[in-house]
Amino acid sequence: MAEDGRNFESSLPDYMSEPSGNLLELTGISKRFPGVLALDNVDFDLRHGEVHVLFGENGAGKSTLINVIAGTFSPDQGRFLYQGRERRHLTPHQARVMGISPVFQEFSLVPEMTVGENLFLGRERARFSFLNKRAMSSKAREVIAELGFNLDPARKVVTLSRAHQQMVEIAKALLTDVRLLILDEPTASLTEAETIKLFALIDRLRAQGVGIIYVSHRMGEIKQIADRISVLRDGRKIATVMADAISDTELVELMAGRKIDVLFPQVDHRPAETLLEVSNLTLASGIVRDVSFHARAGEITGIAGLVGCGKSELIRAVFGLVPIAAGTVRLFGKETTSFDPASMLRAGVCYFPSDRVAEGLALARPIRENVSMAALDLPGFARGQLLRRNEERQTVQDIVDRLRLRPAQIEPAVGRLSGGNRQKVVLGRGLARDIKVFLFDEPTVGIDVGAKLEIYELMKTLLEMGAAIILVSSELPEVLHLSNRVYVMHHAQMVAELTGAQINEQAVLACFFRDENQTAPARQAAPVPAGATVA
Amino acid sequence: MTSAALGASPAAKGGAAALGRALRHVGFLPALLIVLIVLLVLFEPRFMGMFNVFNVLRNSSALMIVASGQMLVLVVGGFDLSVGAVIALTSVVTAKVMAVMLEASPDEIPMAIAAGIAAGMACGFITGLINGACVALLRISPFMVTLGTSSIATGVALLLTNGIPVYGMPDTFVKDFGRAIWFGLPMPVYVSLFILVLVWVMQRQTTVGRYIHAIGGNVQAAMVSGVNTNFYLILAYTLCGMLASLTSLLLTARLGSGQATMSGNLMLESIAAGVIAGVSLRGGVGRVEMVALSALFLSILTNAMNLLKINSKIQTIFMGVIVVAAVALDQLAKRRTRDARES
Ligand SMILES: Nc1ncnc2c1ncn2[C@@H]1O[C@H](COP(=O)(O)OP(=O)(O)OP(=O)(O)O)[C@@H](O)[C@H]1O
Ligand SMILES: [Mg+2]
Repeated sequence: MAEDGRNFESSLPDYMSEPSGNLLELTGISKRFPGVLALDNVDFDLRHGEVHVLFGENGAGKSTLINVIAGTFSPDQGRFLYQGRERRHLTPHQARVMGISPVFQEFSLVPEMTVGENLFLGRERARFSFLNKRAMSSKAREVIAELGFNLDPARKVVTLSRAHQQMVEIAKALLTDVRLLILDEPTASLTEAETIKLFALIDRLRAQGVGIIYVSHRMGEIKQIADRISVLRDGRKIATVMADAISDTELVELMAGRKIDVLFPQVDHRPAETLLEVSNLTLASGIVRDVSFHARAGEITGIAGLVGCGKSELIRAVFGLVPIAAGTVRLFGKETTSFDPASMLRAGVCYFPSDRVAEGLALARPIRENVSMAALDLPGFARGQLLRRNEERQTVQDIVDRLRLRPAQIEPAVGRLSGGNRQKVVLGRGLARDIKVFLFDEPTVGIDVGAKLEIYELMKTLLEMGAAIILVSSELPEVLHLSNRVYVMHHAQMVAELTGAQINEQAVLACFFRDENQTAPARQAAPVPAGATVA
Repeated sequence: MTSAALGASPAAKGGAAALGRALRHVGFLPALLIVLIVLLVLFEPRFMGMFNVFNVLRNSSALMIVASGQMLVLVVGGFDLSVGAVIALTSVVTAKVMAVMLEASPDEIPMAIAAGIAAGMACGFITGLINGACVALLRISPFMVTLGTSSIATGVALLLTNGIPVYGMPDTFVKDFGRAIWFGLPMPVYVSLFILVLVWVMQRQTTVGRYIHAIGGNVQAAMVSGVNTNFYLILAYTLCGMLASLTSLLLTARLGSGQATMSGNLMLESIAAGVIAGVSLRGGVGRVEMVALSALFLSILTNAMNLLKINSKIQTIFMGVIVVAAVALDQLAKRRTRDARES
């Protein structure tokens, strides 16, 4: 963003000469939604050239605060000072003009429009409202190239993966002069390589004096980039601390208001009979080729791999969501013939999607209905076609309590929940029926540290009840800590199965990067990393 | 000889493939249109008659204008059931105003015409504004709002006329405008071409078009990107209403009287034209050039049915079947692309 940097310095001499002044200063901000006080008298400030992390549980109010800063929500109360001047009745448009660029948690892209059109949405290059398409497409290419993202400006956004859509969001925020950049969980769907690019970019912007607000639930990256950290809990700001003066456990304690001393529970695996066995599976799309693996009751089977390696597609295929070209799936020892979600659910297999908004949830419907949706054919919920409302309410309330949903109510529409709490609702659905095989696809994307632990504990309980759990995750520590066996997928194939002491970061990473230096056909000949067996 | 036969077969195959590719590129609709025209030219001599061609051109021009307005509303994710009623109301009001003005001062013909046109256009403008404001500001569903305004406009039109046609418009308006032939073609053809070009430019080349598509594609995204979504929603409905009024002016000028039963099937046909042209009922997608083609297609189809003396009640049924079939095809295509994308 060298060019933006120049513009930025020339256009803003007023505060460059006075770098001690704050870029943004919020005092006593409150915001109420029907039934919840999402922000309660929050003070927040942002300096030039700093990365200020917002940290807090799901539903703590982080996204709400960001929306206030970006002008999407107007606060009910409070003072909003930006560049030393008070701003009232801010609109998203004014905010962008003033250099506030948000990257939202739930994407703000128009699916049927191209990447380029989305980048310029709301600030097209135009003269008398006639579009200057040439200028826009060259600027789009320039920005994308500068970011080092692999994006084609002419592609429609619907055709992109989540990771690529995230890149479009980031590029959109950086298109014009940015003075205050907001990133709400940007790495949740980025690959390792793009995360590194993003962090390099953040460093460059910081050096240019841009203020950055960063939301994340990942301790590792918070430590890596934060200058200061503000902790929110139940809409209140608990503390603002210097990032290098606080330990992980202290931070988590501030966030949760209670002591959480382990990030991963100790899981006792007691492998028993094989419940799911997949042999030589190839998908019609070719995203997965000739993959075999099995999962046993009483253990967590991890599948690790980079974003886009086919690991999600693999379990989606097992659940009957994507067509299979070849190979067999054996459930409880019997070969499966009907691949569709309804039969799978009846057989006792449940899949938890990673994209909760697109395929997981009916946003306008209450939590209760979303949780019981997949279980309405059970006698516990319905007698014939008649719903048993009381039993439904009771069961769902239990599940909601077990998942510690915030707020712990079952009637609000799911659309009013924070990002992480929506994910919990998706998980709650699997608890509503008698399930033996759990397929988790990135179960903790966007979930706060405390809730993650709860989800891990939940998996533990499920294991004790004799379930088989398959955990697909791009978050390596999660897979490594929780799994009894770890399969590694790379470029559509299973490249390794790790057990016991072999399960460590080096071994997995070695599988990813092994053929980066070699050509694909030479893979068999490539040296097997220490502790890995080629499956 | 064998070599010649061998040579011919790949060429034929190549030709078929090229045809397939071309079809996919231009789409199903132009192909269908050409087939329909060729069949009619071959088997129905009356189709190419001067009188019939003019008739088809006039009808399709009217439909093209309403349908391009309807398309704007479909693209923002709504629909407008009131265009038929607006056409009726505009017709009655225009004729009434002209007649009254002319009676008051028989010499001020241009004045009467101008006032009539202005009053007629105002009908569409106001109805569209109300539709848009209710949808954007009060967040009422487009279905209910336009159903309501449709009923209101029809009621007003009937009240003004008691169902009797309004006569007394200046002769020049009818003869020199409504039934005029410019450079060998009926006048409405030029008006509709002008409107199509205008809408095309707006859609493709201006921020207005960009925003209308963005709102239909994802309102939330448009809003947080700083687009004034309410304004563009209202604009889309208002333009739709005004284009309906314009259509009505053309029809009224041609008929020579204002009629509360003017619109016929135009409301349903305008939505049908949009759907057949691939305008998504979920919003965000639609191209005016395709809408124009499908309006032409529908007009020719209706004309063919008339020439074949198919009962008008059967025609109405047939039109309904076509609409449902087009929507179903649209859904199927959606599902297929989605499956292709997922796999
Ligand atoms: N549009 C809305 N209508 C009603 N309530 C809302 C709305 N948006 C958020 N809330 C509520 O406000 C509170 C704060 O939500 P917010 O999205 O800010 O949480 P968050 O800290 O970003 O959580 P997460 O880490 O899960 O993204 C939650 O209780 C949520 O249910
Ligand atoms: Mg959030």
